[in-house]
Order: sequence, then structure tokens, then C-alpha cells
Amino acid sequence: MAEHDEAGHSRLRRQILMGMAAAPLAGLLPKTAFAQAPATSAVNTTGLAVTDTEVTVGILHSATGTMAISETGSIQAEKLAIEQINAMGGVLGRKIKFIQEDGASDWPTFAEKAKKLLVQDKVAAIMGCWTSASRKAVLPVIEQYNGMLYYPTFYEGLEQSKNVIYTGQEATQQILESLNWVVKEKGAKTFYFIGSDYIWPRTSNKIARKHIENFMKGTKVVGEEYFPLGHTQFNSVINKLKLTKPDVIFTDVVGGSNVAFYKQLKAAGINLDKQILMTISVTEDEIDGIGGENIAGAYSCMKYFQSLDNPNNKEFVAAFKKMWGEKTVIGDVTQAAYLGPWLWKMTVEKAGSFDVDKIAAASDGIEFTKAPEGYVKIHANHHLWSKTRVGLAQKDGQFKVVYESPDLIEPNPFPKGYQ
Amino acid sequence: MFGEYSLGDLGSIFAMQGFAGLILFSVYLLMALGLAIIFGQMGVINMAHGEFMILGAYVTWLTSVFFTEHLPSLFPIYFFVAMALAFCASGALGMLVEWALIKRLYKRPLDTLLATWGLSLILQQVYRSVFGPREVGVTLPDWMMGSLPVTDVVEVQINGLFVMGLTLLITVAVFFMIFRSRFGQQIRAVVLNRQMAGAVGIDTEKVDRLTFGLGCGIAGVAGSAFTMIGSTGPTAGQLYIVDTFLIVVFGGAASLFGTIASAFSISQTQSTLEFFLSGSMAKVITLLTVVGILMLRPQGLFTLKVRR
Repeated sequence: MAEHDEAGHSRLRRQILMGMAAAPLAGLLPKTAFAQAPATSAVNTTGLAVTDTEVTVGILHSATGTMAISETGSIQAEKLAIEQINAMGGVLGRKIKFIQEDGASDWPTFAEKAKKLLVQDKVAAIMGCWTSASRKAVLPVIEQYNGMLYYPTFYEGLEQSKNVIYTGQEATQQILESLNWVVKEKGAKTFYFIGSDYIWPRTSNKIARKHIENFMKGTKVVGEEYFPLGHTQFNSVINKLKLTKPDVIFTDVVGGSNVAFYKQLKAAGINLDKQILMTISVTEDEIDGIGGENIAGAYSCMKYFQSLDNPNNKEFVAAFKKMWGEKTVIGDVTQAAYLGPWLWKMTVEKAGSFDVDKIAAASDGIEFTKAPEGYVKIHANHHLWSKTRVGLAQKDGQFKVVYESPDLIEPNPFPKGYQ
Repeated sequence: MFGEYSLGDLGSIFAMQGFAGLILFSVYLLMALGLAIIFGQMGVINMAHGEFMILGAYVTWLTSVFFTEHLPSLFPIYFFVAMALAFCASGALGMLVEWALIKRLYKRPLDTLLATWGLSLILQQVYRSVFGPREVGVTLPDWMMGSLPVTDVVEVQINGLFVMGLTLLITVAVFFMIFRSRFGQQIRAVVLNRQMAGAVGIDTEKVDRLTFGLGCGIAGVAGSAFTMIGSTGPTAGQLYIVDTFLIVVFGGAASLFGTIASAFSISQTQSTLEFFLSGSMAKVITLLTVVGILMLRPQGLFTLKVRR
């Protein structure tokens, strides 16, 4: 992991101050900015695709196949961030050029394209992957060829790599605070888990179960169910819900199943205004398909909602809609994907180099004060410090934030007592 | 598992569970009917069946948008218009595909598998380019959502009743068309012996095209109905295709009764197991049972007695 040195910190502070002082001038003097750019030989000692005027990064998501539904937002956010960074003068005086590859919702394809980006295109960093399966497929490639990956999705944790920055939340960050909230505020005692059958829901539910059974008093899990990906018939489990009458339905169902689940829940007469339902898998993106009227009243635990009321977010939402259309919605992962290019830029500037080893070492402590979610900081374990929020789904497809954790939550990808 | 519940509660739950099984049966049958006609009667392995369904779903979505913007007063009944349009759209596309692609491959049945699989990929990408990669939300009229309370616990889903009614209607219509109409006689004649049927004056090409169009049209109606219970996205058709083939093959490809019997047995097994076990286990056991039975009886549950 990154070495923790005091010198690095004060250097960072100095650079932020310098950057702030220089910001008003940068727009006026683009030419001088180039003239001041450090020599390529100095900032790129490992043969990456960096020239005197350009640096190349890769974007690796599924633009086709079943995951395109989810990954489109991430691609859009990354392109927006790159455009904005370029408008401000780029990174170390170099404009960012991106090469976009399509992972096609197929995990071996992700690995192959990652190798192509690293070996053939020599990209300085990759913004990409979405599902845990694609990340797991890409990880050995990234480590073998020593690349840098910025991964946007909230995920199950239990992973840490020098070559990856996780810009989404790991499971404990997303779940624990929200469970505390629902128990304290709503007096919930019993929980029923329903998830899609793969690693993320199973690990997340395991963490939630440990928390409910070991760390809270008088609460228990009364049911736990998994359905194959793409399952569209939930009537039987809905009957079980009616029989067991849990205080909270806790769900991590994904993809097309999500739509079927909420539509059938509503059709079966389960009123989400009375029945508490808490999900960790539904963002504004998913509501588009589910339909706001079918899910209104459900609670979602995320670090970001489009409706967050802060100046950074207002600016971000306006810029996003200007680039991609009034009707687009922004979910948690889209925002996390937007952080990737920015965090990379700031790390490169702190390290004063595009070299992957130097970036990996310099990542610890990087702060992004203009993040739409408010403020984030990279932890030594390459995850982000972030706040957790609970949003109440509205008919118009947006969330109303009903709870926000008071402090930044420390990322803890290997939680003790939860495995 | 049931110790802590009262007898009344259990009774209600079993009533609801029975109803859930019937809904699943209707959904499966509706999915499979179109394919039963195409695969069963014509022997064409149509891998693009799910995409024809999704075309119906997209037509429903377009209709709902149109009604919201131009005819809001008629919105409560738009769904019927949408289903008719879905039938026409999927049917028309089916006939076009038959004319352009399938008819050249009747002598090479395995190649139709590859060709229609390619077609399904093409259609998925077309949907993605036209409608965008994200799912679209189909708004339903209020009267179709929610449920009718029978007792405190027993509630009957309106959209479940709707799907059951629709399935019944279409099954009866298909039955009469195949077994009681002149057109059905022609279809069966062509299935049994193409050359003889041609020799006695049946326009076999026309019959083929209409049969394929009919099967696709029914798929379109099914897709339209499924906007009530499932998602509408470019690849949503893939969610249905495995179950659909399973039902048609298990029932005995050439038999409509077989399809009904197989949809019934699979849906009841699945729904009961899901209640007593978990979702994934239910699927595993159902599939294993089907595989086991097909090993003993490769021709499926029911077969036509045909001189080969």
C-alpha cells in the first residue's frame, strides 16, 4: 500500500493552494500553461501514451449487451469529467484523449480489452468495469501489466489492490449506517432479505445479517432468498412476505428482475407507504425502468442521489443534462464514475508524474472538494471516505434524502466480525 | 416452518399460493403459444422469439406515450389498442422475416437456429439504437394495478386476472384457428406433408408466411401483456427465451395440448417449490426434473401420431 509520508501531505497542500491561486488565470493564459508543462521524459518514465500535448486514458464499459442499461451512465459521466478537465487545461498541461472499448457485458472480453488498452494503447489509466464479475476478470490483467483502474460501482468489498481505486462504496459503508437508521428511527425488529443470486447480494446480505444478529439488540432476520439473474416471477416470495410480515424487506435484486419485483409487489397489494422496504440496488437509473409510481415509498441506501442539495451537485447535474439531454437521470454509480477522472488528475498532479507506481503511492489522502456528493477523500486502502444517505423514492423517479450520516464513513473492505 | 401460524392464515396463504401458480401458468402458456405454433407446427427453431415479444412491449410503451400526450381521456383503455398494435407489428415483422430469411432455410432446420439467433442479436442492437440502452417504464392505467381484497390476507391481483383472461382467450382462439378453421386445416396439411399439400392446391408459401406471422403476432401480444409484470429493455427478451423453449420442448414440440400440460406442470412445480424452498433451489430442482423426464421421454409429454 501507499507509503504514508508527511512530506507528501504538505506538498499536496501547497499544490492545492497554488492551484487555487492559479485558477482564475488559467482561463486567460492557456498558451503559457502549455509552456510551463513539465517535460514528457520527466513525467513519464515507463513508456505510457503521454506526449508533450496529450495523455491517453481508456474507458472500458459495456456499451452493448445486457449491462449496457447500467453502464451507459458511467460512460457519460466519465466523458463529461474528461471534457471539463480538458476545458480547464488538462493534466500537467496535457489534454486528455480517451480510447473507448466495449466490454460487451462479457467478462473475458473485458479482460481482453483491458490488455489491449494497456499493452497496445499504453493508456495512463482506465476508467471502467461495472459488475464485480468484470472487475474480477480485469484485475489480474491490470496487476500484471501494472495499470491503473478507477472502478465506480458500489460493491461487496473483500478486495484491495495497489492498481485499483474504488470510487463507489464498499458494502459496510453502504449498509451498516442505513440499518442503524431503520432500527432507530422506524423501530424495525424483523428483516426479510431478497436478492439476486450472485456474489454481491450474497456478501452484502451476509454483512447485513451479521450486523443485525451480532451488533444490534432484539433484531433478527426472518427470511433470506435468492433468485437467479433475470428471474421475473416473484408471486411465491410475495406470499411468504405476507405470511411472515417482516418489519423491513431488505432487497438487492438487480437488472430486469428489479422491474418485475416492484411491479408484482405493488400488484399484490403491498403498500410501500406502510411496509418498509429498503434497497441497496435501486438508483434513479433503475427507477426509469421500474416506474416511479411502482416504487414510491421505498427507501434506498446510497452515497449519492441526484436530488442532493449542494452547489457542487447543482453544477454537476446542470452540466450533465446539458451534455446528455434534459431527460437523463443520474444514479449513484454515475456520480462515482464522474469522480474517477478527477481523482486521477489530482493524483497525477500531486505525484508530478503519470507513472503508475507513483500514482498508486500518491493516492492516499487525495481530497476532492468539488465532488457532487459533497467531499471525498482517498483512504490508504484505495477506497473513498464518504457519507451514506437514505433516500425515499418519489413518484417522479427522484429520491428525497431523509437521512445523511453525520460524518464521513471510513472504508473497511475487510470488516472484522462480518465474515 | 408453519408451527407459529394459525389454520386460517395457512388456508389463506395456500389459496394465494394456488392463485400465484395459476398466474405463472398463464404467463408461461402465453409465452409459449407463439413458439408452439412456429416451432411445433413449422419446425422452425426461432431463437428471436423473445425479441418479437419485446417488440410488442415497445409498441405498448409507444402507445402509452402517445395516449398520454394526445388522448389522455382515453388512457384507461389504451392497453387494448396497444395489444392490437403489438400483434400487428410483431406479426408484420414476422412475415417480413419469413419472406427474407426463414423461407430459404426450410430444408436446413439447424441453420434456422443460427439465422434466428443472429436475428435476435440484430434486433437487440436495433432496439438499443432506437430506444436507448436503458429500460423504459410503461405506465399502466390505474385500474390495472393493485388487487381485489377477498379476505384480510387473500388478495387477488388484477393484472394476474387480466393475464389469465387474456391467455384463455388466445388459447381458445388458437385452438379454433388450428383445429376448426379452413386455414388451420391448411397449416396442418402443410406440416404433415408439404409436397402433397402443394399438389392439392394449397399455397404452401402463403400458409408458411401466415403461420409464422401468427406465431410472432402472439409473441407480440404476450410481450405487451408482460409490461405489466416485467421489464422493457433491449435485452429483456432473453429473460423469457429459456423458459419458453423449455415448455414447448417438454410438452412435445408438435402438440398444443402438450404445451398447455407442460406449462401447467412446470409452473405448479416451480411455484410450489419456490414457496417451500428458496428461489434458486426451486429453479434448479425444476430444471433437473425436466431434464430427467426428457431423458426418459425425449419426444416430450405428448406427441402427434404421424407416419414418418
